Amino acid sequence: MLKRIWKARSGYLFILPKFVFFTVFVLVPIIWSFFVSFQEYRIFGTEWVGLRNFRDALQDDLFWMAVSNTLRYAVVVTPCSVAIALILASLIHPLRPGAQTFFRAAFYLPTVASSVVISMVWRWIFQTRYGLANYFLSLVGIEPINWLHSSAWALRSVIIMAVLTPPGVGVILYLAAMGSIPESLYEAARIDGANRLMQWWKITVPLVKPTTLYLLIVSTIGSFQVFDQVMMMTQGGPGYATTTIVHRIYNVAFRDFEFGYAGAMSMLLFAAVIVLALIQSKLVSSDAEYKG
Amino acid sequence: MKTRRVSKIGMAVIYAVLIAWAVISLIPLYWVFTTSLQQPGEVDVMPPKLIPTVISRYLPLRLSGEAEEAAALVDGALESYRLLFRKTNMGRWFLNSLMISLCATTGILLLDSMAAFSFAKKEFPGRNFLFWLMVGTMTIPGQVLLVPMFMVVRELNLVNTPWAVLLPQLSMVFGVFMLRQFMLTIPSELMEAARIDGASEFGIYWRIMLPLAKPGLATLAILTFTSSWNSFLWPLIAIQKSEWFTLPVGLKTLQDQNLVNYSLLMSGAAVAAVPMIIVFLSFQKYFVKGLTLGGVKG
Repeated sequence: MLKRIWKARSGYLFILPKFVFFTVFVLVPIIWSFFVSFQEYRIFGTEWVGLRNFRDALQDDLFWMAVSNTLRYAVVVTPCSVAIALILASLIHPLRPGAQTFFRAAFYLPTVASSVVISMVWRWIFQTRYGLANYFLSLVGIEPINWLHSSAWALRSVIIMAVLTPPGVGVILYLAAMGSIPESLYEAARIDGANRLMQWWKITVPLVKPTTLYLLIVSTIGSFQVFDQVMMMTQGGPGYATTTIVHRIYNVAFRDFEFGYAGAMSMLLFAAVIVLALIQSKLVSSDAEYKG
Repeated sequence: MKTRRVSKIGMAVIYAVLIAWAVISLIPLYWVFTTSLQQPGEVDVMPPKLIPTVISRYLPLRLSGEAEEAAALVDGALESYRLLFRKTNMGRWFLNSLMISLCATTGILLLDSMAAFSFAKKEFPGRNFLFWLMVGTMTIPGQVLLVPMFMVVRELNLVNTPWAVLLPQLSMVFGVFMLRQFMLTIPSELMEAARIDGASEFGIYWRIMLPLAKPGLATLAILTFTSSWNSFLWPLIAIQKSEWFTLPVGLKTLQDQNLVNYSLLMSGAAVAAVPMIIVFLSFQKYFVKGLTLGGVKG
């Protein structure tokens, strides 16, 4: 065995540099995260507190507020962005290659600008007196809305921003998936007299299902981690109206320095993400079998 | 290639919907640049100026021969950019972001291609275990590990240094996975031939594998550079000193200090956005390839 390892030593040497960083910044934090959430951090050393951090989290109104805000965000943003990606890709797909490239770029461009930049400009668009949003509303005779400073609208504003920022990644992935659907399927459907909408619903939508599943999972995980937008637009406010789970973790850990408590919330978030991903993949795949 | 015909009216409807949606999508970016070119007095007005004065008035002024006024107009439009680079640390933050993103990209290309080469083309005990150990951790969202990650960086005494932002990025596994998939498609016969000719293992990697893996490397480079340039939460935690802020963190501070000076804020946002827009428009095909090859964006 040792001889085999020695003979293959160059294989290990090539991995070694990456593995050092991987160990220090991935493996160690993963292992450490288990300990952190069962400890309380004091100025002088740490103390084991068992499950107390988890109990505290589950009894903390602010944590549940953050969970509810995050859920409300995810429940709207995930389905909307996947649906919009599917619709946009379906409309782009029949175009000429040049036009395809143009629209693909137009819808991906806001994605390459960082979420910080996008959030900053939306904060300005949502400004109550001089913002673009209220200006457009005034054109159709709607009274100005106090977007970011009212607890009724603040979270909705963040959601509106997320929905109106085009799902560039989704469009690209759907276009790739649609490009690999054999043309003969559509021809057969046409001979059977199916119109375009039926072709889309019976052929395109079922055949891009793997992409849909992938996007749903990635987008759910993404919206469960929403932070940048909230931090830049509302700081979680007014009050706690837009606090999300990651924003709460950030505040608890790096403003209040309660690492153990923040660690416990991180574990709960991770568990939620895993469970959701599993449920979604079950739901979508059983649906596919059902339709046969 | 495509035999499916769409009627003329259908085409018109498709174009109308797509163009309308594209306009809505691009308004925020347009508004960044428009606001950044306006002077403070022009920003807080109702109705808003949808086209910056410098754009709408420059040509008429030039054509009517009033070159001096036209020059003054351009000068005024650039006022907030001047303020940005003179009165804030923007230049420094820009350089910080540039250095860190370039180092992260170079480092990741080197480390990941070496590891990928080994995983794709070499036999050794424990290879599959190590590979799946790495890839398995990709399912853990980074935000979950913020606290222990911070503790590691603090133990290493890296807090408030650029290393705290740079080094953790080098641990990302996505590139190893992506490049391995790419290298599996490169035939091994080329390596064997070089080995018979007496090439060293490192020579094979450097002179045969790397050149052949260029398209994959280019894709990874683009994705790494963008995600590094745009990353916000981790640098926000790891750096509290203004001199080592990256651009997104700097923008956050700028916003905290100038809550209502929107033309200054938007010029800052523009400075952060322009490099990414240029990178994207020049390397568009690599973005598309990277997304469809590896699935996730870094």
